[in-house]
Amino acid sequence: MSKYLVNKFLYTVDRDHELTERYREDPAGTVAWWEEEMAGRILNCIASETTTWLSFTDAERTALATHDHVALFELGAHPFLTLTLWIAMFERDFTEPLGMQLDYAEKLAHVRMPYPDITT
Amino acid sequence: MADLVAVLATTHHPFYYRTSQLPPDQAPPFAAEWISKIATYRETLTRARPDVLVMVGSDHFHQLWLDNMPQFLVGKAPMYDANWENEIREFGMPKLLLRGDEELSAYMLREGLDKGFDLAFSNELRIDHSITCPILTVRPDADLPIVPIYTNIFAPPLPRPERFVQLGRTIREIIESWPSHLRVAVIGSGHLSLELGGPRQFGPTGPDPEFDARAVEWISNGDIDGVLEHVTLDSLHGPGNATHGFMDFMLMMGVAGYQKADHADSLSLFHTMEAYFTWYPNPHLIDAPSTPGGRA
Repeated sequence: MSKYLVNKFLYTVDRDHELTERYREDPAGTVAWWEEEMAGRILNCIASETTTWLSFTDAERTALATHDHVALFELGAHPFLTLTLWIAMFERDFTEPLGMQLDYAEKLAHVRMPYPDITT
Repeated sequence: MADLVAVLATTHHPFYYRTSQLPPDQAPPFAAEWISKIATYRETLTRARPDVLVMVGSDHFHQLWLDNMPQFLVGKAPMYDANWENEIREFGMPKLLLRGDEELSAYMLREGLDKGFDLAFSNELRIDHSITCPILTVRPDADLPIVPIYTNIFAPPLPRPERFVQLGRTIREIIESWPSHLRVAVIGSGHLSLELGGPRQFGPTGPDPEFDARAVEWISNGDIDGVLEHVTLDSLHGPGNATHGFMDFMLMMGVAGYQKADHADSLSLFHTMEAYFTWYPNPHLIDAPSTPGGRA
């Protein structure tokens, strides 16, 4: 049920340069702050209209807090969101063109179809 | 009535713009062929001398989101800002400002609703690379007004492929009944086989070259029945986890109808098959004198 919230985290962090860098440098702290302060914000609504019932599962929180894209894939996070955020955070760490993307794929090489359902 | 002068169906590779800007000594080995194919493809639109462009694409979770996801949406604004910060960051794309055609947008919405499509609309749509890539390749001056149409190929549950074909047919009917003297081109972009964020991404070819070859045949031949026989919502997971973008090609086949493409081309790149198709529904209008009073 909380795949929606995982995707909401990836979506909001990917779109905001400052948040992207914060998540790169301090994943656990950023996830804890985001869940406390941001998870309830309904996009396009003012802050006083926050939702009240959303939270991560322990597995989701751990996967996000450890930058574990394999676990996120297996949990059914939307792969496009995860990939684009990972490109923003980690492509700079690889010298070869597409090195990050190929490393990303290699770490998922054990996955067979059908892939996890990404429906939220 | 308006004239439907061209139908273009294309992939939208976000790396093309940056690749085409590189000096020859820094460009990858495939760049020259890619640029040459794009130049030829651009001419297929130029020849049709359109006044307005209906642009079919899909938001990549830039503006449309899981809190309120439309399946089909028509932009209805006088202007459209385009390209997002994270696209500029990852693809080096330029920001753009595109003019809208509110009259055709309003007509598309009214007629679409009456023809059985509960279309969403937006008065403040910011366009992403699914539409700006075709602009940058086939109309780089970005000088024509547009009507953007977004489809959901991204966030399950998705409409089935048949629905995309039906929408394409309906878009054509609407354009051909639009009480206007303008020349309209429809340009839609999608994918062939594609994997993003999964184990098969960024391989030496697209994840399923066999699917790509069949897809090019289906589209080139206007084989709507063949594609509907072989492609389902479930089957599209097979060629790659982002291959549902192929349904935008199926929508464009609906616009073009049972007609062989007048131009069909493709290019295998390191992780995807690029593909470009053009139909001229009314060949007698191509290379004819300009529309009197046209706005181009």
